[in-house]
Amino acid sequence: MNLFSLVLVNLGRNKLRTFLTLASVTVALFLFISLRGVLDTLHSSIEVGSRQRLITRNAISLVFPMPQSYGNRIAAVPGVRSVGVQNWFGGQDPRGAQYFYPQFAVDESFYPIYRNDVEIVEASQPTVPAAVPEGADPKLAAYYSEQTACVVGEKLMKKNGWKLGQTVTLSGTIYPGNWPLTIRAVYRAKNPAFGDETMFFQFKYLEQKGMGGSGRVGVYVLDLSDPERSAAVAKQVDGMFENSSAATRTESEQAFQAGFVSMYGNIPFVLNVIGLAVVFAILGIAANTMMMSMRERTTEFGVLKTLGFTDGTVFTLVLIEAAIITVGGGVLGALLAKLIVTGASTGFLPPLTIYWSSVALGIGIATLIGAISGLIPAFQASRLRIVDALRRVD
Amino acid sequence: MASVEVRAVRKVYRREAEEVLVLDGISLEIQDGEFVALMGPSGSGKTTLLNLIGGIDQPTSGDIMVAGTNIARMKGDALAHWRSATIGYIFQLYNLIPVLTALQNVELPLLLVKMSGGERRKRATTALELVGLGDRLKHFPRQLSGGQEQRVAIARALVSDPQVLLADEPTGDLDRKSAEEVLLLLERLNREFKKTIVMVTHDPHSAERATRQFHLDKGVLTR
Repeated sequence: MNLFSLVLVNLGRNKLRTFLTLASVTVALFLFISLRGVLDTLHSSIEVGSRQRLITRNAISLVFPMPQSYGNRIAAVPGVRSVGVQNWFGGQDPRGAQYFYPQFAVDESFYPIYRNDVEIVEASQPTVPAAVPEGADPKLAAYYSEQTACVVGEKLMKKNGWKLGQTVTLSGTIYPGNWPLTIRAVYRAKNPAFGDETMFFQFKYLEQKGMGGSGRVGVYVLDLSDPERSAAVAKQVDGMFENSSAATRTESEQAFQAGFVSMYGNIPFVLNVIGLAVVFAILGIAANTMMMSMRERTTEFGVLKTLGFTDGTVFTLVLIEAAIITVGGGVLGALLAKLIVTGASTGFLPPLTIYWSSVALGIGIATLIGAISGLIPAFQASRLRIVDALRRVD
Repeated sequence: MASVEVRAVRKVYRREAEEVLVLDGISLEIQDGEFVALMGPSGSGKTTLLNLIGGIDQPTSGDIMVAGTNIARMKGDALAHWRSATIGYIFQLYNLIPVLTALQNVELPLLLVKMSGGERRKRATTALELVGLGDRLKHFPRQLSGGQEQRVAIARALVSDPQVLLADEPTGDLDRKSAEEVLLLLERLNREFKKTIVMVTHDPHSAERATRQFHLDKGVLTR
C-alpha cells in the first residue's frame, strides 16, 4: 500500500456514491462539450470558405435575388476565372418537414469551382451523350445529360436509404409545385466543413420551371485567378451594379459564411451559458458530495493525524480524491463527446465538429471543478484539530 | 532517566465565553521503561493529560518533555513528525480504518517513512505476528472480534517502534477475556521490549497491572 492506493481505497469506500458523482460530472462535461461542438461547427462552417472564391449577393439581403445577366458581366472582370450560380431552393421532403436537408440549384460552372472540395464517389452511366464542362468530374456526364438530375451527399444518401437512380420528389416552398429529382451522382466532401448532406440540382431546371425563365439568381460564386486581387475584384464588381436595381455586395466566401453564422444571433451565447450552468450545478453537487464524504471520516482524519500524518498530507489526500472523481469524469465526458458526437448530422450545418481545444477546455473546467470542490473539504480536513476529530475530552 | 516529564501543566478549554480548567498545574515524571496507569473519574482530565503527552493537544502553560524533547510549544508538521517517530497511540474504540485490512491498517504509520513496499509489509506482518494475529493479515476490521481489533491497533502503534506507547482506556470496550489478552500484551511490550507505557483507565484491576499509578481528580494529581 502507498498513499495513492489509500486514496483509491477511500474512493471505493462508497462505490455507488463515487460512481454517481463521477457519472454526473461525465454527463455534465459530455453535454458541455456537445454544446461547444455546435459552436465549433458554426465556426468550422466559416472555414469552408476559400480565399480564392468570392460571393456576390444582393446588397439588401441574401433573400433578394439578382438578375441572371450579372453573371456574364462579372465573368468579364479581370481576375475572375469563372462564375458559378448557387440558388437556395428550400424544398420539402415528401415524408415531411422534419426530414430537412439543404438543396441548392447550381449551374454547370459550380462543380469545376468546387472540384477540390468534393469528389464524386458514385454516378449513373449516361443514356445519351452529354458534354461535361471543363474541370468537372467526367463521372457527372449522366447528371449533365438530364435536366431533372441531382447530386446528393454520401451521408444524406445513407441517412435516407436512397439509391442511385432513385427519384425524390420535393415539394417546393419558395418555388411551388412538385419537383421530381433523379439521383445521378453521389459526392463525398473532401473538406469536412463542406458537408455531405446537401442536394444539388441543375439551375436551368429551377429557372425554367420555377422562375418562368425570368432568370433570377441567389448568389454568384466567383473563382479568382489571383486571390491577392480579391479586394480589387470585389470593389469592381460592386461598383458595376452600384446604381442598378439590384446593387450587389461581394465578399470573401469566408466573410459570407461568417455573416450567415451571425444570423444565429445569440444562440452561441445561450449555448455557452447553458453549458456552463450545467457544469457549475455539477460543481455544487460534487463539492457537497466531497464534503459529506469527508464529514463522515472526521474521526479517521483525527486518527491519521495522531499517527503522524501532517496537515499537508491530509490536504493532498482529500484533494486528490476529489480530483480523481472530477477530472476522471471530465476526461471521460469530454472524450466520449468527441468520440460520439463528432460527425453527427446537423441538417443545414456541416456535420458536428468538436475541436480538440474544446475538449481541452472541458478537461480544464473539470480540473477547476475538482480543485474547487476538493479545496473546501481538503482545507477543513487539514485544519481539523485532532482532539476535535476524536471528539473525546475526558 | 525520565521518559516523560510533565512540569506545571495547565490546560484551559474555552467554551464560548466560559473557561473550563481541565488540568491545574500537573507535574509528574515517568521513567524510561515504566508502565504507568493514569486513573480518575470521568472529567478528571486523564485523557487530556494523555493527549498532551502524545502531542495531539497543547497545554495552556507548562512544559512537557517526552523522550528528551519539549513538545509544549511544538506545532504543525514538526509535531506531526515527532509523533510519528516517538509515540504509539492506542484508542479505546480501536479506530481502525474500516476499508483497510489488518495489514494495511498496520502499514499506515509506515507510509510516512521512506521505505520500500516490501519492507513495509514485512514490518507490519512482524508487528501483527507479535500481537498474535499473523493469521489475520487480510481480514478487515469487521471480520475481527473487539479484542482482535484492539490487538491490530496495538500492532499499528508498535510498528514504527516508538519509544512511548499511550493507551486510552485500551480495555474499556472489551469483554474480560479480551481485556486480559490486551493487558498481557501491554505487559509483555513493557517487559520484553522496554516500551514506556502510559495507560488511562477507569478500571482498578487494569491499573494494577501497571508498575505505578497516578490518580487525578478535577485536574489535579491526588496520588
